[in-house]
Amino acid sequence: MPANASNDDPDRARRFREAALPYLDDVYTLARYLLRNATDAEDAVQECYLRALKHFDTYRGPAMKPWLFAILRNVCHAEYARRATAAVPSLDDMPEAAEQTPLWREQQETPETQILRERDAATIRRLVEALVEPFKETFILREINNLSYREIADTVGAPVGTVMSRLARARAMLRSAWMAEEELPK
Amino acid sequence: MTCEEAEILLHALIDGELDAGHAREVEAHVASCPRCAAALTAYREMSRAVATADLRYAAPAALRARIESALPQTRQPSRRGVLRGFAMGSAVSALAATGLVAIVLRQDDQQRILSEVVSAHLRSLQAGHLTDVLSTDQHTVKPWFNGKLDVAPPVIDLTAQGFTLVGGRLDYVDARAIGAVVYRRRQHVINLFVAQTASPEHRPPRTETMQGFNCRRWSNRGLNFWAVSDLGADELVEFVDKFEAAMQANTEG
Repeated sequence: MPANASNDDPDRARRFREAALPYLDDVYTLARYLLRNATDAEDAVQECYLRALKHFDTYRGPAMKPWLFAILRNVCHAEYARRATAAVPSLDDMPEAAEQTPLWREQQETPETQILRERDAATIRRLVEALVEPFKETFILREINNLSYREIADTVGAPVGTVMSRLARARAMLRSAWMAEEELPK
Repeated sequence: MTCEEAEILLHALIDGELDAGHAREVEAHVASCPRCAAALTAYREMSRAVATADLRYAAPAALRARIESALPQTRQPSRRGVLRGFAMGSAVSALAATGLVAIVLRQDDQQRILSEVVSAHLRSLQAGHLTDVLSTDQHTVKPWFNGKLDVAPPVIDLTAQGFTLVGGRLDYVDARAIGAVVYRRRQHVINLFVAQTASPEHRPPRTETMQGFNCRRWSNRGLNFWAVSDLGADELVEFVDKFEAAMQANTEG
């Protein structure tokens, strides 16, 4: 592909379509969780695909999904910047405090696994959405987008060790929220 | 192994990311530490609950359409695109299915044959299916058809006119063997299907579109021709004109 390859090359568009469009639901899912707003998510996904098409010639792998996710993250960063006045924390603007919260809560009296099993999808979704960054995106990339640790590391541009500790933190926070939810009066 | 290490590594155990050696170490620690054992059980349950809850979102059909329309148009979904539509279980598959139903429901003969011709074109695009005889030399391709068909498909080199002869192939359309002469322009494949017809009447070329492919069909000298490609209609017209002109010259010469 020549460097000046035009975006109008139909064959290139076809290859892009076949490579990238199957992941549209994955990309949209990630956008929904990162931006927590359907309209913003749609705009971000569209922008992500336009950027991906533009850079498709330089794409050398490894895998399409992490590559698209990395682009989407950049788009979302821009969106966060735009929302800066609304005080939404940026993905990499990690609260130190959150990193240092103790992993363990005191043992619960309630049979915990029972509670965990009984959560319905809407509740789980709400609890996941309430996680703070960068733990939320790590959790979503792992549990919902099914990326391997290596792919998550590629997507967010962090070492695998960081991915592992963020994931542990994310699950610990979710577990706490999950248990706290149970203590709320119905 | 300490609890601190286990706190991190038990997640990798749940996610199947640990090698056998480390997995054994974590399991050994968990076996001797009730707190980590409880945590492992809880996280396993949580992961299972999250997985079964299906927290994914489906991209809205309108978004898919917006992105599709922002992409440069390749005259239509390719064969793989159409097939993938079914796998995706999305709005796209509904559209593809509608198209297929329309094709299935069109019962008149010309339409049925046209759809078979387009199917044959699609099949030919699968890897390794394009040509039975691979040659840019018309004097190699033409004799190859001898004895394989009840007609001798005209094989004309149009390289000078911008359409490269790639080879020939036997195909089946309307339950009978048919000759396909394969040309290429840039990355676009043109299949020229040739079959005998009982009627000697001359029918001028006309272009139809099916499943996003342009098909130009005509009859001349007792032969039916179908030229199928994802080329634009104008370029397909050019191809047929050049082909017919060369045929004319051959016959007269």
